Amino acid sequence: MRQRRTPFGLLAAPMAWLVVAYLGALVAIFATAFFTTDPFTNKVVTTFTTENFSGLFTSTYLRIIGRTLLIAALVTILCMVIAVPFAYFMARVAPRRLRGVLVAAVLVPLWASYLVKAYAWRAMLQPEGVLDSVFGGTPGYGTVAVVLTLTYLWLPYMILPVYSGFERLPEAHLEASADLGGSTATTFRRIVLPSLTPAIVAGSVFTFSLSLGDYIAVQIVGGKLQVLGTAVRQNIVLDLPFAAALGTASVVIMVVYLTLAGRTGALDNL
Amino acid sequence: MRTSTKLGAMFACATLALTACGSDSGSDKKGPGGFAVPDLKPLDKLGAGEGEVSVLAWPGYVEDGSNDPKVDWVSDFETESGCKVTVKTFGTSDEAVQLMRTGQYDVVSASGDATLRMIAAGDVEPINTDLVTNYKDIFDSLKDQKWNSVDGQMYGVPHGRGANLLMYNKQKVTPAPDSWSVVFDDASKYAGKITAYDSPIYIADAANYLMATKPELKIKDPYALDEKQLAAAVDLLKKQSQNVGEYWSDYLKEVQAFKNGSIVAGTTWQVIANVAQSEKAPVDSVLPKEGSTGWSDTWMLGAKSKHKTCGYKLIDHLVSPKTNAAIAEYFGEAPANRLACKETSDPNHCATYHAEDEDYFSQVRFWNTPIEDCLDGRTDVKCTNYAEWTKKWSEIRG
Amino acid sequence: MSLSRGTKAALWGFALLVLAFVYVPIAVVALNSFNSDRTFGWPPPSLTTKWWSVAMHAEGPRDALWTSVKAGVGATIIALVLGALLALALTRFDFFGKRVINLLVILPIALPGIVTGIALQSMIQNVLQPVLGINAGLFTIIVGHATFCVVVVFNNVSARLRRMGASLEAASADLGARPWQTMRLVTLPLVRSSLVAGAVLAFGLSFDEIVVTTFTAGPGTPTLPIWIFNNLFRPNQAPVVNVVAVVLVLISILPVWAAQRLGGEAAAESRI
Repeated sequence: MRQRRTPFGLLAAPMAWLVVAYLGALVAIFATAFFTTDPFTNKVVTTFTTENFSGLFTSTYLRIIGRTLLIAALVTILCMVIAVPFAYFMARVAPRRLRGVLVAAVLVPLWASYLVKAYAWRAMLQPEGVLDSVFGGTPGYGTVAVVLTLTYLWLPYMILPVYSGFERLPEAHLEASADLGGSTATTFRRIVLPSLTPAIVAGSVFTFSLSLGDYIAVQIVGGKLQVLGTAVRQNIVLDLPFAAALGTASVVIMVVYLTLAGRTGALDNL
Repeated sequence: MRTSTKLGAMFACATLALTACGSDSGSDKKGPGGFAVPDLKPLDKLGAGEGEVSVLAWPGYVEDGSNDPKVDWVSDFETESGCKVTVKTFGTSDEAVQLMRTGQYDVVSASGDATLRMIAAGDVEPINTDLVTNYKDIFDSLKDQKWNSVDGQMYGVPHGRGANLLMYNKQKVTPAPDSWSVVFDDASKYAGKITAYDSPIYIADAANYLMATKPELKIKDPYALDEKQLAAAVDLLKKQSQNVGEYWSDYLKEVQAFKNGSIVAGTTWQVIANVAQSEKAPVDSVLPKEGSTGWSDTWMLGAKSKHKTCGYKLIDHLVSPKTNAAIAEYFGEAPANRLACKETSDPNHCATYHAEDEDYFSQVRFWNTPIEDCLDGRTDVKCTNYAEWTKKWSEIRG
Repeated sequence: MSLSRGTKAALWGFALLVLAFVYVPIAVVALNSFNSDRTFGWPPPSLTTKWWSVAMHAEGPRDALWTSVKAGVGATIIALVLGALLALALTRFDFFGKRVINLLVILPIALPGIVTGIALQSMIQNVLQPVLGINAGLFTIIVGHATFCVVVVFNNVSARLRRMGASLEAASADLGARPWQTMRLVTLPLVRSSLVAGAVLAFGLSFDEIVVTTFTAGPGTPTLPIWIFNNLFRPNQAPVVNVVAVVLVLISILPVWAAQRLGGEAAAESRI
């Protein structure tokens, strides 16, 4: 029974917070994207220009944006491929008493510092490092290393929502499908995946956006790779308006992504 | 779809309404040449200590014992002066400029590629050197330089200096190089194993190399490049970039890369070379025959500082012989105070870092901020400024 | 869904592989905290407990840990209040603009941290400092963290509210309870475990946040991740950072375990 009125009392505080502390700041930074900088002191000067946005459409930056999208997409796909079977295992195959332990096992690495983990991957990937000595080879620093490291870093953010998606899936549905003659594969494709889609999409919002904005792990294992995050970082000090324009590009990408995700009902599932 | 339209509209209206408060609009009036300095007066005399001072410093410059109780040259100062010191470290000169702009810091250790920007923006103020008792013992070659003074007025107190050397893997790079060509024209021999400093200021390293190898470009100062000269340097760096394995900006990354062999040649600082050698990496470093770029750091005082007396006291303390020696040894650089050389725990420190070797440093072209007014004195042509260098650097990195 | 024995075995194998993928790098960090090499050369030339004793005596990481805890607690409290209010408003009421608000709540965590970071930084520099006289420091860190922590509390609480429906609250109202009484005696006890789960996640998010913090922190208030960032790149400090990371993993078992116990089911199905 939902009431059809606007609960101003409940909304006042949170909305004031979000609008003042967040939206106001965001809007201010987007406004900056239309300004220029003093060529010497790098201070922002309030002269209107659209050059920062046209600068985005040069080959250098289009390539950077494309590369970043590719990395974010690959990381997201890899996370899905790993998380879905693993979460299924957690929710349905592992003995019940192990489930809590498994959830904890996924959560605990989130507490080891992000930076330390990224540096650990630097050690793993180096020539004669862990990967090299175990598998006899390493991709070295670059795109592959970045995808691998980011997948590692953001994997828990995919596993947890998918796991709770599986938890919510009523066993009865699966049994009904089996009773009606559906094979395991059919049940998985026709029953499990569709009801799981919102959870997966919800997880993908994290893996995608976190990969889109990352600049620290890229600096650590990316070799000479330049992505959107590093480009923003490089420009923040020297050319804030251009950094803001680059930031706007990532915001546009995310808003499009969220809108598409919203259609699957995933946003209620985050 | 409705949601996003509405959201877009929200952004749009809010943007219009807020445009005026977007960001700092108070830029200074500019002189005809593009470089005018805000009219700020140095302090006449010291007052009573304000009880606190906040410092913005390169990591390792201001150690208060919190990371290692044995490395502490702040606690004694705090007791003596009554000024409580808080420290924030930064990773690059650009970050320092940005943080200093917040006005929350009283003292900053600025390299030459940051100083002029801060001076011109009015972020730092002139220094009354009479108020710094240790100033008289600073090497003369560090005083009144292009990166720390304007019209004979010092804007800070020199702290230390070092050269950007060429480091190479002794086993892989033979014969031992004596020229930067190993990372430029001959870099393809070590494709994928070259490293370079990750900052637009590295363009000056290419210009420095071109000074020696392409005299027809007539580069006189690697920080004063006109359009054509900049284009040549950028070309050189774009070619180099194909052979670069990674760009470095912190020293752990570089030491690791040289040690595990993923990098065999590139620019370095003396301290990194020392750490790499002490970690048994098969490396050596050299000041190539073309000379090199380098850094010379200066303690500067924030113009908006409310703790100027404590600021002066701290600067004076940091360049005093004992402390200057301790920092120089911990960080790995040549101290600016000539008396510091007698205070180092390693008697050879100053020799290792060529602190008293003016011939050595005469081959080093210290970091400076490129501005439109050509720093080499040319007036018939406009030089490229740091903003342009930054744009080019993004292009080079691709 | 009945799985063949082979499929089950394959899933067990796969799960062990994933766990190895998750834990091998952490084992590398643990091993490196004993690595005598200052830049963690591989394989370690020899082992030492030197870094552990240095870390035990260093004030820096301890102070930073304390700052992080304060920031985390502050952000979590704000997130709890705002997130719960929002969840109540959005699950129990239908009104114009609801979807926009929903998107607005998600935005802080969905947008790259670097964008949120520069936005908040310019806010601090252009509004907070000159107008209100508030400098970057612990307060601004808490504001930044709370902004993206709201969403995890919101998600946990609204999922719970949606699942339990409004019938109990309606019953309470029918029996003559005032809205406030219903809230205190019916709604709150029912959502308590989801609040705990949300709080733990919010605290965790805040605790390891580095990007937004970089832009909102002032002088002298490094959080633990900032301390790590400042020290990781220095040869003498990097091994100490490994020690700190190992200690963190060990300590983290505590809140994760506590959340499992306190939150019961809710923690197990907690949402980010």
